[in-house]
Amino acid sequence: MNPRAAYLLAALSALLLVLPLVADSYLISLATLILYLAYTGQAWNLMMGFAGQLSLGHALYLGVGAYGAAALYHHFGIGPWAGMWLAIGLSVSLAASLGFLAFRYGISGVYFTLLTIAFAEFARIGFDHFNWVGGSGGLFLKVAQRDQIDIFNLRGTPVMFYYVMLALAAGAFALCAWCLQSRPGYYWRAIRENEEAAEALGIDALRWKMLAIVSSAAMTALAGVFWAFYYNNLFPEQIFSIGRSIEIILGPIIGGIGTLAGPILGAALLTLIADGATELVAALGWDVPGVKQLIYGIILFAVVVFLPQGIWPALARKLNLSK
Amino acid sequence: MSALLRLHNVSKTFRGLSAVTSVSLAVEPGAIVALIGPNGAGKTTLFNLVAGALRPDSGEIHFNGARIDGLRPDQVCGAGIGRTFQIVKPFAGLSVLDNVVVGALKRATGVAEAKRHGANIIAQLGLRPKGDWPASALTLPDQKRLEVARALATRPKLLLLDEVMAGLRPTECDEMVALFREINRREGLTILLVEHVMRAIMALADSVLVLHHGEVIAQDAPAQVVRNPAVLDCYLGEDTEL
Repeated sequence: MNPRAAYLLAALSALLLVLPLVADSYLISLATLILYLAYTGQAWNLMMGFAGQLSLGHALYLGVGAYGAAALYHHFGIGPWAGMWLAIGLSVSLAASLGFLAFRYGISGVYFTLLTIAFAEFARIGFDHFNWVGGSGGLFLKVAQRDQIDIFNLRGTPVMFYYVMLALAAGAFALCAWCLQSRPGYYWRAIRENEEAAEALGIDALRWKMLAIVSSAAMTALAGVFWAFYYNNLFPEQIFSIGRSIEIILGPIIGGIGTLAGPILGAALLTLIADGATELVAALGWDVPGVKQLIYGIILFAVVVFLPQGIWPALARKLNLSK
Repeated sequence: MSALLRLHNVSKTFRGLSAVTSVSLAVEPGAIVALIGPNGAGKTTLFNLVAGALRPDSGEIHFNGARIDGLRPDQVCGAGIGRTFQIVKPFAGLSVLDNVVVGALKRATGVAEAKRHGANIIAQLGLRPKGDWPASALTLPDQKRLEVARALATRPKLLLLDEVMAGLRPTECDEMVALFREINRREGLTILLVEHVMRAIMALADSVLVLHHGEVIAQDAPAQVVRNPAVLDCYLGEDTEL
């Protein structure tokens, strides 16, 4: 790694570690949201940015992960550290069926993407009628005392959730960094650039694409577990909505698809700008519903037109951070 | 009977159009065999059949003692056949070195070893000064060299070259010929090449196979093939200068 990039990473890590000591609860909730988006963005980026498979249905893995762990806790009192394995297992098996169906039978490009949307929509409609987990009325987890930290049941203060999400985001970053410079990263990028040439060089494209979708789904399912225990309520219309999927992918697109820092930068920029604008509009006393979505749209438009590679590659060149 | 590659009555039809008709051929270990013929003769189809990109309708393909028809391209590569594409297919967004590292990973235990091997290969192909460039920035002749480098990086026993000399200047063509002769001599690499550049074929090939309308019409040493009336008639023309 470039030494300047290493310093930047160390400084960012230090800042994130001490942030709860200086920040108020509003800032902590904002930072937790940024870390959540950085984490899910990283998971989506592994599949799209590395392996070149565009999913617009990541809400499926998020929702199934959330519902899996929440249902176990709600009905049987099984804590999230055990429940997450069911959450991951469910997500991984759905991703594996979707992936196998698509990759084995040559459904690629835009048709693959449509299939990912279809799977998420099926889940949304299915969970609307799945009364064991509350159907469209939602599933609610008991809110425990907010000042007691119970890490085993993931019940506790916002600061605890902040650190849990920080650990997840850091883990995802490290995993993706490792992937990029080892065999999976080389093989995924080869498949992304030219699948036929990759196969001629001995790469079993089906197997490696399956690994990409399954890893991405497993990571996203963990974010779902976090989501369930952080927000304590789940509605199919919210967690499985296409809006949720798009929220996940905006960060990496704006930050830079296929880069390590892109998902983090994108998540931070989007959240801070959108929230700042919402605050500003409120402070000015204007009534602009949906200002956040409007801001997202403007940023996305600007990035697609002026920096189609995303902000990070251009920024890294400016700051002399690329190798 | 110890041929490295053996095709037995291999046929392939596309929607009723017969691209390759009952082709049988054998390539001995260490040989350099050229495959020539007019456009549409079925040369690239034959390559794709051997490389596993296409499945023959009938016939058998044996490589190194095992049957390989019906295997996937990655399995054929694993069996020891490296190929280049006539229409180059670089990993455009990756660096030149990383393109080759992807190929080298086939036989390497890790990325570090693949990088060492890849660096050696791009040096042999004269691409070392451009190792950090994105592959998309290379000129077409350099992209052809990159195709060769990637295929060589998989450490094949048999190398299939699909018109890698096309578009090269005569001196560059001679360099490439010298490189293939050198690797052939040093490592015993067997080469089957499709080529139109007669200069390269005459300098490189031990024997020449002529394909016409999907059938083998001649197989001989280069000097004999260019005097064969049937070959002159369908492909080379009467006044070919060599």
